[in-house]
Amino acid sequence: MSMPYYVAPEQMMKDRADFARKGIARGKSLVALQYNEGIAIIAENPSNTLRKSSEIYDRIAFAGVGKYNEFDSLRVLGVRSADLKGYQFSREDVDARSLANQYAQIIGQTFTHEVKPLEVEILVAELGITSAEDQLFHIMYDGTVIDEKPFIVIGGDTDTIKSKIAAAFKTDLTLKESCNLARTALSSDERTLQASDLEVTLLQRNGSRRCFKRITEDALAALLN
Amino acid sequence: MKFPVFPIDQDPGSNFGELLKRVGLSPFTDYANVSQLDIPHATTCVAVRCAGGVVMAGDRRATSGNLISHRAMEKVVQADDFSGVAIAGAAGPAMEMVKLFQLQIEHYEKVEGQPLSLEGKANQLSMFVRNNLPAAMQGLMVVPIFAGFDVHIGQGRLWDYDATGGRYEESDFVATGSGQLHASTVLRVSWRRDISVDEAIELVSRALWEASDADSATGGPDVLRGIYPVVASITKDGFNRVPDSDLASIYSAITTGVQQR
Repeated sequence: MSMPYYVAPEQMMKDRADFARKGIARGKSLVALQYNEGIAIIAENPSNTLRKSSEIYDRIAFAGVGKYNEFDSLRVLGVRSADLKGYQFSREDVDARSLANQYAQIIGQTFTHEVKPLEVEILVAELGITSAEDQLFHIMYDGTVIDEKPFIVIGGDTDTIKSKIAAAFKTDLTLKESCNLARTALSSDERTLQASDLEVTLLQRNGSRRCFKRITEDALAALLN
Repeated sequence: MKFPVFPIDQDPGSNFGELLKRVGLSPFTDYANVSQLDIPHATTCVAVRCAGGVVMAGDRRATSGNLISHRAMEKVVQADDFSGVAIAGAAGPAMEMVKLFQLQIEHYEKVEGQPLSLEGKANQLSMFVRNNLPAAMQGLMVVPIFAGFDVHIGQGRLWDYDATGGRYEESDFVATGSGQLHASTVLRVSWRRDISVDEAIELVSRALWEASDADSATGGPDVLRGIYPVVASITKDGFNRVPDSDLASIYSAITTGVQQR
């Protein structure tokens, strides 16, 4: 009978983290930031059908980077959980914080107990009644939850993108300014991203019940400089 | 609260009703014989097709036996941007059905990333009515009307249902509930193929007036309390509820007409 090799827990966690990080870095990054009418999520995504950011509930949006099938099934779980909670209690009882914790649980559980960790990082954003009440949660591949404001970058080369955004960010950017800022930050020196390379979704403080809105490619092209 | 995770072969997909069943929250339970209970019933609703869309309307009265249990019930409800449901029958199951239906449409749209077609929504509602059949056999009948603007063909469409979930698309107008006969007679006499939205709003208001005039379970305009029927148009611009001030002037014209008969 063969005995399994002993692997130190530190080494095992490190290997898993490296594996997940590598998977995530292969994909494209995304930026979420507060602007003067709400929250904008801007992702580099050449596909017009396989979406990275989408609606979870009235004031809650989801975005993921990494392996598409993995974050998409997390997205569906979030929609289900939110709709069930809203059905059972009330629409106002559905909140991003509890959703972020549920995501952290399931991603953390997979990271330590399953053969392969999830190669994803996700964002859960909730639009508050005022911008001070906006919430942006960043959930990492190992289940770590971080709440960050006024902007979040998730995906591969985040440090470069973060510093580019931090350099030009100010409060109450317009949608046009936000899109251009994110485009500059996500573009590399060799290539400037175009409207067809970007996916932009918004949580807009517009008074209606469902605040989520997707910007079409044509509308985005008009916004970009 | 726990995340609703399922094995692949038991995954409910984008079906909210199935999801509720899997987590043990199914609203479609077996009712005991409740036909002796005095349960509030909602009454007359109508819908007509007009140029560029549909117009729906429902009175505001709910009755338990010979008593009025609610004066301001809303039986015409927006289902999503381009459709609405009107309900007649036992108020409790009917309201639950509408709530579930709205959730199902939204749930599907979010999970699948695109909205259901109008026909798909009509079909979905038919399933809900069919699931309610055991309750209907116990006296808790729910008979909805579904109407909306089909964005693909650019026309209004409407459907009525029977208690078994039978789904019938109508090309002109439909009425349901206890005042159905009186309301549909008015519609039958005055409806034209090219009727405009404003004319259709006037027509459905008149149909509900005549129903309330002859059927005790249908409420008329309550000028004293300022309660008017719910009337809504659904066109390419979406679901639009007619303001009470407009209905007040329509009904004052109708009552003046009645005085001069």
